[in-house]
Amino acid sequence: MNITFKLYAGLSQYLPEGSARNAINLNITTLETACSIIEKFNIPKESVHLVLLNGIYLDADERENFKFKEGDILAIWPPVAGG
Amino acid sequence: MAWTRNVLRVNLTSGSITHESLNMQWANDYLGQRGLATKYLSEEIDPKCDALSPENKMIMTTGPLTGTMASTAGRYSVVTKSPLTGAIACSNSGGYIGNEMKNAGWDMVIFEGKSPHPVYLYIENDKAELLSAEKLWGKSAWATDELLHSIHQDPLLRVAVVGRAAEKGCLFSAIVNDLHRAAGRSGVGTVMASKNLKAVAIRGTLGVGSISDPAKFFKATEDGKKILAENAVTGEGLPALGTQVLMNIINEVGALPTRNHQEVQFEGASEISGEAMLEIRKGDGKANLTTNGACFGCTIACQRISTVDKNHFSVKDKPEYHGNSGGLEFENAWSLGTDCGIDDLDAITFANFLCNEDAVDPISLGATIAAAMELFEEGVITVEDTGGMELRFGSAEALIWATEVTVKGEGFGLELGKGSKRLCEKYARPEISMTVKGQEFPAYDPRGIQGMGLAYATSNRGACHLRGYTVASEIMGIPEKTDPLVTDGKPALVKAFQDATAVVDSAGICVFTTFAWSLEDIAPQIDAACEGDWNAERCLEVGERIWNMERDFNLAAGLTGKDDTLPKRLLKDVAKSGPATGKANDLHKMLPEYYELRGWSPEGVPTDATRSRLGL
Repeated sequence: MNITFKLYAGLSQYLPEGSARNAINLNITTLETACSIIEKFNIPKESVHLVLLNGIYLDADERENFKFKEGDILAIWPPVAGG
Repeated sequence: MAWTRNVLRVNLTSGSITHESLNMQWANDYLGQRGLATKYLSEEIDPKCDALSPENKMIMTTGPLTGTMASTAGRYSVVTKSPLTGAIACSNSGGYIGNEMKNAGWDMVIFEGKSPHPVYLYIENDKAELLSAEKLWGKSAWATDELLHSIHQDPLLRVAVVGRAAEKGCLFSAIVNDLHRAAGRSGVGTVMASKNLKAVAIRGTLGVGSISDPAKFFKATEDGKKILAENAVTGEGLPALGTQVLMNIINEVGALPTRNHQEVQFEGASEISGEAMLEIRKGDGKANLTTNGACFGCTIACQRISTVDKNHFSVKDKPEYHGNSGGLEFENAWSLGTDCGIDDLDAITFANFLCNEDAVDPISLGATIAAAMELFEEGVITVEDTGGMELRFGSAEALIWATEVTVKGEGFGLELGKGSKRLCEKYARPEISMTVKGQEFPAYDPRGIQGMGLAYATSNRGACHLRGYTVASEIMGIPEKTDPLVTDGKPALVKAFQDATAVVDSAGICVFTTFAWSLEDIAPQIDAACEGDWNAERCLEVGERIWNMERDFNLAAGLTGKDDTLPKRLLKDVAKSGPATGKANDLHKMLPEYYELRGWSPEGVPTDATRSRLGL
């Protein structure tokens, strides 16, 4: 299935070639989870803070177990804030 | 230097300048800056007075940590009654002038009355004099700053100044200091101009003194700086991308107000984001962001220093704008960009330059232009009103035009300068104004971040994110993650943020430290600097006292619990995309519990028991 994978702020460097505006299309199997994708792209675990699936926050358990569906958007940020 | 214990009182009507001792009982109860100056204002003016009359006073004020070696300790505030809202105004700024005021030996400067002719206040340590500003009146904030440096031949002179907009009565005029920093919100610059006070120029060389326990202070501030340096947000995130890192996040979570809050996600967000500011432009081969910068004593350094592509239509024939200048914060990129449906990074960067140049609050300006654009799209405002300009969403040309006429106070800009509420009322469409208590919203849609709805509705200075920034918890997980789409627990969360922020704003440090510091980290710094014992518990009580005092000021000014509300659009019209799809803000589920937690009556009035508990 296809999902959109986005990495922002200091994590942008871990996006593969071909990405645009911090996003790339990924073709994944039904076995993939947020955690497995984070591992696949060599993103340091301590830099992973906000993990959003279609804009909704995933906690640690959901990152391990949540299964994707076609068209999902996975977006990840390191610790950031502003105002 | 903790408190200098010195207050400078400037009567602009008579021209007299007097010195007096700081009321230390009040300093013990209200700490400094926001809290202490609001206490002075509450005691000295009738809250019902016309904000633009000589009866209103304006206080420039520092906190006990301002000017010390504590990180971010360059903050100062301007406290007065707001002409935009009729409520208390307290606008906070960084840069260097707060430190300079403290180094000149003053905790605060109180301005009263109205000068018969334009003047500026020049302070050099204990010498203070009112000088003629006849040659400065009519000039922009930047031109005035340059002239004052030339007149006094002192490159280290620090200047706070109003621009042309304030002189022409723009109700959301700011006071700009150090060219690119601003006491931005609620029209504090309008009050300053109404007093014929063009600028305050300060040189302070007295240095730091009177720290209560210097050895303890060195240790406490060193510990604090270590925490900021090692924290991923204050040590890495903010220096790299500034507040603009939020543009993509807030869009992703479906809480980015778009086209005057008609939508909650913007298709052009990534084009004007912090990440986009790092990308090389096609036009001139440069990135929007040149580098970051810092205010006095700051070890975070979130400031943006930017350029506009010199080939861009907005500056093509204006070489004076081709160099580095103050870049976009998230709020400004949102108001001038997203809220107006504009994804042209150069255009909104230039509009932001213009706001700095003439000291205008870009949040209120962008939000007012957005309201005008909606009125234009509906055919309520026409080209006859604007003099030919089509004020359409997405038009960068319209944004630049509207910004230029407003900051200069020309033509239709005089209408825009009255703010969104008055503009929409004039055209008999008050429901289109996205304001609380007359002040325009910042960049978080309360349909997608429920707690912010309560924070906006109850903010003592009208719609504002900096009175209780629950976004930190609801979106970023600081100090802990809460669900932005539920109302449970939000009244307590909002109260906790409001009270803690009131203390930080009264101490002389920047609220951004709180992404890494709790009051347990801040209290030891205050405790070592000031007389008496200051622990986190006492700080929080002071914060609650300040919040209730501000509430009392507003009630005395004529506001009521009925003003603690949101525009119908946010309470009735549901979000159409993103995680909040189908949701409006459920303020009614939060407000009664909030009043109860505050110790207020069901009408939103502090009870006698609450006033007694807080010593009000």
